[in-house]
Amino acid sequence: MYIQLLDLACGAFLLTGVLVLWRRELSAIVWLFALQGVALTALVVILGVRQDSPELIMIGVGVGALRAGLLPYLMRRALVAGGAGRETQPLVNVATSLLVAAALAMLAYALSQPLVRLSPTPATQTVPIALTVLLIGFFVLVTRRRALSQLVGFLLMDNAITATAFLTTSGVPLVVELGISLDVLLAVLVLQVLTTWMCAAFGGTDLDELRELHD
Amino acid sequence: MSVVGATLQVVFVGVGAPLLVGVMRQARARLEGRAGAGIRQPWRDLRKLMRKQAITPHGTGWVFRAAPLLLAGTTLVVAAVVPLVTTDSPLDGVADLFAVTALLALGSVALALGALDTGTAFGGMGASREMTVLALVEPTILVSTFALSIKAGSTSLGAIVTATADNPLSVISPVSVLAAIALAIVTIAETGRIPLDNPSTHLELTMIHEAMVLEYAGPDLALVEWASAMRLSVLLGLLAGLFFPLGIAGADAGPLALAVASIALVLKVGVLGVVLAVGEVFMAKLRLFRVPELLAGSFLLALLAVAASFFLA
Repeated sequence: MYIQLLDLACGAFLLTGVLVLWRRELSAIVWLFALQGVALTALVVILGVRQDSPELIMIGVGVGALRAGLLPYLMRRALVAGGAGRETQPLVNVATSLLVAAALAMLAYALSQPLVRLSPTPATQTVPIALTVLLIGFFVLVTRRRALSQLVGFLLMDNAITATAFLTTSGVPLVVELGISLDVLLAVLVLQVLTTWMCAAFGGTDLDELRELHD
Repeated sequence: MSVVGATLQVVFVGVGAPLLVGVMRQARARLEGRAGAGIRQPWRDLRKLMRKQAITPHGTGWVFRAAPLLLAGTTLVVAAVVPLVTTDSPLDGVADLFAVTALLALGSVALALGALDTGTAFGGMGASREMTVLALVEPTILVSTFALSIKAGSTSLGAIVTATADNPLSVISPVSVLAAIALAIVTIAETGRIPLDNPSTHLELTMIHEAMVLEYAGPDLALVEWASAMRLSVLLGLLAGLFFPLGIAGADAGPLALAVASIALVLKVGVLGVVLAVGEVFMAKLRLFRVPELLAGSFLLALLAVAASFFLA
């Protein structure tokens, strides 16, 4: 049952990551990101229950509050402030990027083989999934034009890094996790301020339009 | 017993498929605030069409006349071999998923050739669109069922369903979830429903299936309509059997088990049909050039299902 629940949480984690590539509406992307936060929370809590460690469960709840609650809330506010609700035209079209995601998944599986072989437990066997989401997040980050969807790409990468950390080391010290989470929160706050500024200054957040410097 | 089970399946699909279409239309009508024509209306339509004189357009050849027969024939064979009521099929030796996919594709290709044979603009357009969708659907069906067959250790559909029925908890795994979503999308694509195709239009330039059958009339049209309804119920039944094999009779099952399995099949397919109809009410049709995106997405999900089945096993 433990293995199945863990696999299911990982599956949901992967599915939400892939669907981010698929959808064009920014509000849907933010919603998917929140769902991924829920999947990540479930992942950490399942690991915590398995290892009987209240600390890990606490961290899981904290991670959930941040990634499924606060960050999507902040992004939704930025979205409302930003106005336009669609990713206009990604640099790579959606059908191609889905196929690229398939190739990235294969790459992640190939790369994580040595890592899995170090200690083949059910938890480490799911590491390829976290790496796939990491690569997909990076792909979103480099191919999207809107500031907000680039932000989601960045946060996907961060979710994946967190997931990898929990899956491989089975328990990051609380201090480290807190530090990382605060960093991420700070980054999002800064980017939100930036987005609002960009909207105020240029009337949009399409980064390809920003070619010249204003003062 | 296996012959009885297979016969039951063919009878159920043959008789029940138009009723399923009727149920779906009725569900849509009720949700849209209309009274609806009743669930037996598709059968009444078929009867009316069967009584008409058989005519073929001027200049068409045997391909045009053979296409409906081939479509209906392949669908009936698929209905006999796919595990709907029982996993124990008399054709089990040849009834693996490759054969089933090839049979379904053969029917589609026959219909597309028939449409090309008319030489009209609509027929050619419909055929080319159908081939575009088919080219994207086939690999997805194969890859996603391949993901399921890794668990069962066999590509025979009966073996896959038996393995799932023996261990129902195995459905709650990323492999099954991803493969289920991929298969659901290709089922919708293969049967020509919203969001890929609108089965109730005849005038829209975006239609796929209806453009191909525009030149058919009378008994030929009845055959095509009946076969499309059967394809829909077979694919929905396959979806239900692969991911929710509750009640399907195993090998050497008695008459009681077969009866239970039949009721379970009717219920499952009915529920799936109503869910599909409800989804159609709340959804708009995708523009044609967005369709490859959707199908590429389902192919990706199927591929991830295969990858997951190797790494999480």
